[in-house]
Amino acid sequence: MQNSNNLKKVHRAQHVSLTRKALTALSVMALTVILGWTVWTLPPFSDRMPDLVAAHLSISGVENPVTAVLLNFRGYDTLLEIGVLLLAAVGVLSLAPTSVLSAETAPAQVQILLLRLLPFIVIVGAYLLWIGKYAPGGAFQAGAVLAAGGVLLVTSVVRFNHITIKSVPIGLSIGLLTFLAVALATMIAGGNFLQYPLPWASALILVIEAAATISIAVILTILFIGRKPDG
Amino acid sequence: MDDRQQKTDEFKTLVDFETKFNKMTISLLYALIGVVLLGMGLYRLVIDPHLVKKILALNISGAGVFLFLVAVADRIPGAAPDPVPHAMVLTGIVVAVSATAVALALACRIQEIKGTAELSENEPE
Amino acid sequence: MNLNDFLQPLTLPAWIVSLPLVAAGLSVALPKIGKPAAIFTAVATSMLVVMLGGEVLEHGTLQMQVGGWPAPLGISLHADGLSAAMLAIACLIAAVVTFYAASYFGPETSPPTFWPLWLFLWAALNALFLSSDIFNLYVTLELLGLSAVSLVALSRSAEALPAAMRYLLVSLTGSLSYLTGVALLYAANGTLDLNTLAAAEPGSPSISTAFALMASGLIIKSALFPMHFWLPPAHANAPAPVSAALSALVVKGSFYILMRLWLTLFEPLINPGTANLIGLMAAIAIFWGSVQALLAKRLKLLVAYSTVAQIGYIFLVFPLTSMPAAGQTAWQGGLYFVLSHACAKAAVFLAAGNVIYSVGHDRISELKGIVRRLPVSMFAFALAGVSLIGLPPSGGFIAKWLYLNAALTAGQWWWAVLILFGGLLSTAYVFRFFSRAFSYSTDTVAGRPVPWIMEWTAFVLASCTMILGLTAPEVIQLFTAGQPF
Repeated sequence: MQNSNNLKKVHRAQHVSLTRKALTALSVMALTVILGWTVWTLPPFSDRMPDLVAAHLSISGVENPVTAVLLNFRGYDTLLEIGVLLLAAVGVLSLAPTSVLSAETAPAQVQILLLRLLPFIVIVGAYLLWIGKYAPGGAFQAGAVLAAGGVLLVTSVVRFNHITIKSVPIGLSIGLLTFLAVALATMIAGGNFLQYPLPWASALILVIEAAATISIAVILTILFIGRKPDG
Repeated sequence: MDDRQQKTDEFKTLVDFETKFNKMTISLLYALIGVVLLGMGLYRLVIDPHLVKKILALNISGAGVFLFLVAVADRIPGAAPDPVPHAMVLTGIVVAVSATAVALALACRIQEIKGTAELSENEPE
Repeated sequence: MNLNDFLQPLTLPAWIVSLPLVAAGLSVALPKIGKPAAIFTAVATSMLVVMLGGEVLEHGTLQMQVGGWPAPLGISLHADGLSAAMLAIACLIAAVVTFYAASYFGPETSPPTFWPLWLFLWAALNALFLSSDIFNLYVTLELLGLSAVSLVALSRSAEALPAAMRYLLVSLTGSLSYLTGVALLYAANGTLDLNTLAAAEPGSPSISTAFALMASGLIIKSALFPMHFWLPPAHANAPAPVSAALSALVVKGSFYILMRLWLTLFEPLINPGTANLIGLMAAIAIFWGSVQALLAKRLKLLVAYSTVAQIGYIFLVFPLTSMPAAGQTAWQGGLYFVLSHACAKAAVFLAAGNVIYSVGHDRISELKGIVRRLPVSMFAFALAGVSLIGLPPSGGFIAKWLYLNAALTAGQWWWAVLILFGGLLSTAYVFRFFSRAFSYSTDTVAGRPVPWIMEWTAFVLASCTMILGLTAPEVIQLFTAGQPF
């Protein structure tokens, strides 16, 4: 009896006052209206950026304008963004629970699903990576699909072998390190930071994207697990 | 014959104008929806004491901003969309996922320690 | 092939950003090399920043296009006197605190993820101070915020985790507001590059709304009253080296962006009402922070509230510069505040960390006579306190002097009164701890000895505040190189 009363005390939700709700609702509505009006009265569009991208697309090494912007023209943003992903993985690992999950096994259907789906997942991921040059696709999309495979592995309570677990830290950081290596190499070799030599642009972008795909897949899986994978 | 040709031409320009007008208005509509989503998420973020709901609310606000950006990409009638906002949204989604992951990990640890996933109102000393 | 081939001046910004990132990536792949990588980064980045400072002094602004693409197609890295000064102070403090942290985390107690997080923090700061692209600034802000939050949560204690959660939620809200402003600016002007945006015509309502959104986001992240509530718990409950970096550098990052946006884009749009509103919030911050510091029971909490008050001082730069008569003096004062507060606050937090390391707690009422146990740390605290109060010959004095000059030249004497009164309040809370620490006490304070590196790094930073005060003309010459103001 005592215990259930204590339990009730801990889990009762905090009560938010009506005045606070009304005040917040009013301010948020005012903000939304002001923003909406600003959007309504936006000045006419300017063609500057799309024209610039279209003009330089032929020397960017890829044919899809979004990939060109992401990996070439504004590649520095993508570099920092991969850094943010890796940082999140490190942050989540530093917050990992100390308790170990109980030894459970997934039902047979999930394991069969895993066996059937995993090859397709890998193929779709590789395809997305490759097609990024010509159509929407690329490292992030491929990495996300592969991470779905990773999540499937984890929910099927697969135990990874020793070598896989040892290579997780390298898998996490290889995307960022490869990107930085290419960027610094192009700088040391005489160009600017992250300036791909024109004949090599396509190949370098593919290398960077491949490494990034691996990293993104590993990072997203680790973000899902929330700690180091089980051996 | 001339009369019919003239009517067809008028009809074509009318349809052209309508497509252009519709395209502009559709992207404006999406932009406004994005703004509304931003507001809705912001309200929940401030009001609700439960941590997971706050994190979800932040994600909804983020989705609103991304929708606005995608709408901005479509503002040029009759041409391919502008790739720069698309790249911004891709980067933004990755950053949002990273931040959400860290926030959820923190919420899990707080749940373990305090028994509840709610932030107390008082400033802890 | 000698060193000169590698280090053309134009490549310096790229090296300064890349070095900590490479070190961070390597320390994730091979955790054992975390500490050596950090120390190497500390030394190498310091040399690079010194070289950059020299370049900027000689040749003015340094601009580098990443990928060789001209703006606005690509992203530019921009180094003028203001960036060089911020980089210099970030580098100095990060390097010194790296040595402190190397000693603070003994071989057994070292968390395995500290060094990667620390290096990411440093990389974020460097990238932030060099960037000249509003969306790139958003990514650097997120990098900075996430690493700061993860560092606060490192101890996983019952106080640190909610503080980190609050910090994260506030930080993300601020970033979201900033991003919305960026989206509006892009929709209105079609470019993300600061210099191109500056040349565009102002005046549509979208610019004002974008300014309001971006400024609100950055003010939230800089903990100006009333958005300061997240700062004291976060800074007080983080490990000592982290608190030092947070108070000294991380809150200055968002302030720097606001300053940069104000100077480049928004100055023509500001009406005195907005500037005075910021001034009002700053004034309340000074009062509220100082009063709470007087009431704080723990040393680190006292120092954290002192940060809230000093951030009020720093934000006073905006109302002071809105009057044309004040001219450059106010900007110089604001920047001098940033530089000297960074050194002083980092020194104070390191000294507080030494206290906790030595006696295991920081309850002020029980720290009588601590000077006999930690003489060097207390001397560092004294020097830093002189700068916080604003007495000559410290950097804090120069900052207040410049502010007073600006306020009186423009005839707005009430800011002068505020600054002087704030100085009295700072004296009160500094002496509150002082009188205890230096008091005569017959009972010995039990505690373990502190490694000499930890005490002397605090002293080095505190003496930097004095050096800042004594070399004011040279420092001002550095940060006005390239005419950022």
